[in-house]
Amino acid sequence: MATNANEAAHGAADAAHAAETGGMPQIDFATFPNQIFWLVVTIVVIYLILSRVALPRIGSVLAERQGTITNDIAAAEELKLKAQEAEAAYNQALADARVEAQKIIAEAKAEIQIGLDEATAKADAEIAAKAAESEKKIGEVRAGALEAVTEVAKDTAAEIIGMLDQKADAAVVSEAVNARLKG
Amino acid sequence: MATEEASEGLVFHPMDQFKVEPLFGGDAIHWYTPTNATLWMGLTVVAIFLLLVLGSRGRAVIPTRVQSIAELAYGFVYKMVEDVAGKDGLKYFPYIMTLFMFILFANFLGLLPMAFTTTSHVAVTVVLALAVFIGVTVLGFVKNGASFLGLFWVTSAPLAIRPVLAVIEIISYFVRPVSHSIRLAGNMTAGHAVIKVFAAFAGAAILSPLAILGVAAMYGLEILVSFIQAYVFTILTCVYLKDALHPHH
Repeated sequence: MATNANEAAHGAADAAHAAETGGMPQIDFATFPNQIFWLVVTIVVIYLILSRVALPRIGSVLAERQGTITNDIAAAEELKLKAQEAEAAYNQALADARVEAQKIIAEAKAEIQIGLDEATAKADAEIAAKAAESEKKIGEVRAGALEAVTEVAKDTAAEIIGMLDQKADAAVVSEAVNARLKG
Repeated sequence: MATEEASEGLVFHPMDQFKVEPLFGGDAIHWYTPTNATLWMGLTVVAIFLLLVLGSRGRAVIPTRVQSIAELAYGFVYKMVEDVAGKDGLKYFPYIMTLFMFILFANFLGLLPMAFTTTSHVAVTVVLALAVFIGVTVLGFVKNGASFLGLFWVTSAPLAIRPVLAVIEIISYFVRPVSHSIRLAGNMTAGHAVIKVFAAFAGAAILSPLAILGVAAMYGLEILVSFIQAYVFTILTCVYLKDALHPHH
């Protein structure tokens, strides 16, 4: 109810207001020349600002950016190719190195084998020489022992004869011992 | 008593905001008098200058915020002209950009409280629309000669109904500037008037929450409308330009 009353009051107020101002300001033709004049001025000013300064500048910035992006993409493409080349070269180098390493390993193995064989042969020879020498020494020792036995026998015989108060003739004793030993 | 107070508090003058008044006192409005219309048109120039000229002064490859908005506006209108009017329409891009920027900023600045909306006036929009209409018509005849009239002769229709279509086409052609201008002025006027009405209701305590909500909602809608109307005006200009450049359907 209250709103209805209000609206009615407003309607009346509006009507009065409208009557006093002459309706919508939009169709007050007295202001048209003024608005049109200032509109034309405004549009011309904006047009000059845009066509002389703003649009060429923004256009050139956009073109420049497009150029930069294109260049960057090209550079990136180039770098990618370079990277691929580098990768290929790296892989090649790796393969080469592997082959080289295999070769070196094989060589080293062969060398070591040769050295080993040589050392083995040398050691064998030395062992053989040592064995021969030992054999000889053993023979000598054996011979020496026989001789010593003879000597001891002679000495012992001479002593025994001396103890029997007999004058022992060295030559006779030695001969007798030798004869015994041979016998 | 209470109702009297309420009705006094709720004075409706939704159209007062559209009054053209001299800026520096006086009553007479001559064609050269600086008025509030002059002021707000001048402010659109300032705003456009700030955005497009000052905003792009760095010419940065990586744009600042303002520069990227300027570039966005440029790209938006440029693409519109290119898509609708074709490559040969790009010659008229600066003028279409001028129209778009003026209408857009006039609409947006008009949304500031206490502002005057220049584009709510028929005088303004009619001049803009007529400029487009006359310009496009002259351009059509200059570019195509008499064959521009082929625009009204729909060759894809059966011969018998072509004269009828021609009459309809001619009428619709001459209605263009009317609809072109009234659409913009009407939208701006209506929206602002509705905001004012809601605002006036805010004087009544009971209604004020609803009224303020209404103002806020209308304001949001008006922001949308401001942009859409600038867009519509511009894209229609492009369509008319396309008709002038390529009159054959």
